[in-house]
Amino acid sequence: MSRVNDVVIKVATVNGTGSASANGLLMKSIFRMGIPVVGKNFFPSNIQGLPTWYEVRVTADGHQARADRIDIMVAMNAQTYAKDMAEVVSGGWLIYDSTWPRNKLLNRQDITVLGIPLSGMCNERFDGVRARILMKNIAYVGALAALLEIDLDVIKTLLEQTFASKQHMVASNLEAIMLGYDYAREHFDCPLPPHLEPMDKTKGHIIVDGNTAAGLGCVYAGATVGAWYPITPSTSVMDAYKAFCKQYRMDEETGGKKFCIIQAEDEMAAIGIVLGATWNGARAFTPTSGPGISLMSEFIGFAYYAELPAVIFDVQRTGPSTGMPTRTQQCDLLSCAYASHGDTRHVLLFPANPEECFYMTVNAFDLADRLQTPVMILSDIDIGMNDWMCPDLKWDENYKPDRGKVLNAEQVESMEKFYRYLDVDGDGIPYRTLPGEHPKGAFFTRGSGHNKYGAYTEDSDEYQDVVDRLLVKWETARKIVPEPEIKYSKFNKTAIVSLGSCDGAVKEALALLKEQNIGLNYCRVKAFPIGDAVRDFIDKHDQVYVVEQNRDAQLRSLLMLDAGIPQTKLEPILHYDGMPLNASFVVGRVLTDVAKGRAA
Amino acid sequence: MSYIAKPKVSHPSVPRNELGLFKRDYEGVVSTLCAGCGHDSVTAAIIQAVFELGIEPHKLCKMSGIGCSSKTPAYFLSQSHGFNSVHGRMPSVTTGANAANSDLTYIGVSGDGDSLSIGMGQFAHVIRRNLDMCYIMENNGVYGLTKGQYSATADVGTTAKKGPANKQMPIDPVSIAIGLGATYIARGFSGAKEQLVPLIKGAIMHKGFALLDVISPCVTFNDHEGSTKSYAHTREHFHQVINADFVPPSEEIVAAYEEGNTMPIRLHDGSKIVFRRVDKDYDPTSRAAAFTFLRDSVNAGEIITGLLYIDEETGDMHDLSGSIETPLSKIPYEELNPGAEELANLMDRYR
Repeated sequence: MSRVNDVVIKVATVNGTGSASANGLLMKSIFRMGIPVVGKNFFPSNIQGLPTWYEVRVTADGHQARADRIDIMVAMNAQTYAKDMAEVVSGGWLIYDSTWPRNKLLNRQDITVLGIPLSGMCNERFDGVRARILMKNIAYVGALAALLEIDLDVIKTLLEQTFASKQHMVASNLEAIMLGYDYAREHFDCPLPPHLEPMDKTKGHIIVDGNTAAGLGCVYAGATVGAWYPITPSTSVMDAYKAFCKQYRMDEETGGKKFCIIQAEDEMAAIGIVLGATWNGARAFTPTSGPGISLMSEFIGFAYYAELPAVIFDVQRTGPSTGMPTRTQQCDLLSCAYASHGDTRHVLLFPANPEECFYMTVNAFDLADRLQTPVMILSDIDIGMNDWMCPDLKWDENYKPDRGKVLNAEQVESMEKFYRYLDVDGDGIPYRTLPGEHPKGAFFTRGSGHNKYGAYTEDSDEYQDVVDRLLVKWETARKIVPEPEIKYSKFNKTAIVSLGSCDGAVKEALALLKEQNIGLNYCRVKAFPIGDAVRDFIDKHDQVYVVEQNRDAQLRSLLMLDAGIPQTKLEPILHYDGMPLNASFVVGRVLTDVAKGRAA
Repeated sequence: MSYIAKPKVSHPSVPRNELGLFKRDYEGVVSTLCAGCGHDSVTAAIIQAVFELGIEPHKLCKMSGIGCSSKTPAYFLSQSHGFNSVHGRMPSVTTGANAANSDLTYIGVSGDGDSLSIGMGQFAHVIRRNLDMCYIMENNGVYGLTKGQYSATADVGTTAKKGPANKQMPIDPVSIAIGLGATYIARGFSGAKEQLVPLIKGAIMHKGFALLDVISPCVTFNDHEGSTKSYAHTREHFHQVINADFVPPSEEIVAAYEEGNTMPIRLHDGSKIVFRRVDKDYDPTSRAAAFTFLRDSVNAGEIITGLLYIDEETGDMHDLSGSIETPLSKIPYEELNPGAEELANLMDRYR
């Protein structure tokens, strides 16, 4: 089993022991060798002491999903040792800290167990409890470097860059690397059959998480007001926005900030702040997760009816209720699509990776301004908090923000009278004015019943006139939201429709199925409302699998509700255990159907 | 809410303000509140105050939540943008509005129901931010729009029209505001317009969060014998203890104040608040003194009114966060976008 650049390593540690930096070092070293790599962090909702895992998939083919197997397990956590050992693929390897005797009752004849006295070596070499724990983790990276042939120079350069201002840290980290490296070289046959060889497949690429990309997107879109309430896994969107603003948005002359970040008292206030700011002409956003959407719902309905722009990030985590806050799902599609009481529906965008988080964020601000309505970006913890390999982000200097139909003082002056909710252009989008511009532009923004002139009403016809016009606007939205990604294989009558972070696993599944002469077509929905291109695609097929990460087939419901697709045509493939989807899950489901003679 | 516009015709002899506008230019549509509602008197006082301050109507924003009080922004300043938001959440909307454009004047109108139950959190936190706004709380001790349930400011022992007396402790917005660090704290009475107008002017011109708690009786549900928020009860226990006059920057202080018994406080724009003190030892710049005085008055069953506390030193939200002077919504996009080259440079950080 000699494989090059195709190996899955899983590291089991205890959280709060510095393993994140060790795993980051491991992943980035592989990336710098030019080899595509996928990193998935499975961490507890806890600060210190609970089990945590990090999975690194080295994939010469550049797959984006996690694999369905573990080749090498680095079992650093006694608490989960049994489970971790069980997970290793037959013929695989298990590395453990041999400072202490391992449980001989737990053994497998079909894997190779490699003991390295990581703690022992580090305790001997380093002083202080904290340093010993941290260095023990760095030392396993050294051992893996030997076993897999990771370039030591790459690791060294990385350490020098990471600890540029702390030279002693470079030295001690390198020492720990060498402890693991030398021990492995001395005691085992290095490299193992699955090992690494340099490639040139990461050129023009970066590794970045979706929340960082989203925060950067907010800066590039020109957002000046960010309001939020801390919630995992969305917090790092605001952390990133803040860091980028400090880099790019400080006034050179006065040192004043060209942004305002407000940590609100709760999510209800956060969305209120956003609406006040957009009403007053700023681009504003709030990052949150499912529970925050529940809390914001009343205001989201207000914004729909009063027609105010807002950009809301929902970095989804498992529900219901508090659920598993550090595990992934796509479980807020319905609650976002129809957030709030009354007849409401909202524009949603579904990024599939960090690259799309960046570009879709910019697009979201344009759509929100153009449509004068909240736009929600539904990412998830897998996209938001894991590092993904993406093409370099690029900026088009010709970009001009679309601020929508906002009348300036001169335009208002030239009008006989301004009315807020008239459908002048027939696209369902009225004109608006900003406070402070012109006395003739004044109007009363309200969530209570209003007529097309913006005045309070309890008149049935006047009320209905406005809510019907909002449907016209919905159809306009349908035309301008991002088009789906569509891929035809060998054209047949069966297809997969999916969204967001399922993309990598689905594409890999399509390739695996193709090897078995099962050619499925693919459509990745990028937005709600469901555009005509999605409907036309589904119309061409007899059977469509809808792959998504929730229990209740929420995308399928949206396809039925918004695009009128018959339920019987849509076969759900649902993955909702909190772990990111992998290809074999999808392949398995399709093959089961094939065996029953139902597909392909 | 009515949208019947009032006629804009004014007799030539009617006074204009420094902008040449009539008071009519500061009015709104006809009120649909109950005849005799205290809120309509507050509306009249707001119109008077803004007219006299000579603020351009479109440079002012009217913010509100839900309830009888929150309907009133429709009844004044029809040439100003208004934002009638959701229950208890006017403070957050005003925070966002001010974050986007600090050049405008913000008047928030809320009630005891809107501010002190669902709105308690937002009320507290807008104070902590010292948002530059005038927050008028029209306080009548009941929920009017849902027909007379007790609100959180109902006093112990006060009676509703029907049913038993209230037994729960009231929340006093003024005490809360002192405790939370509000920088302008006043109480007025809708039945005392001469006192109310300068208090509103001061609250508008103060840079930072200004709370004006106005006892504003509900004639329909809380104006009977046994109520402690009725006109009769308020008049009987009303003490105009700390008088304050608002003096615009253009005017000298010429009033015949008694030597040693007045205290002028300069506001950020050069205007002044002049305290006329009843009690020589009262210091309106001492938070501790204001709190003690207030609690003593509550124990004595008095409703003290006037400007209780002022602090012109603490910066507002933008000062505290270090915002640039230009309103954020007015910064050209080109200044906000780092550009293609910076993005290309940034990419190396992620390799």
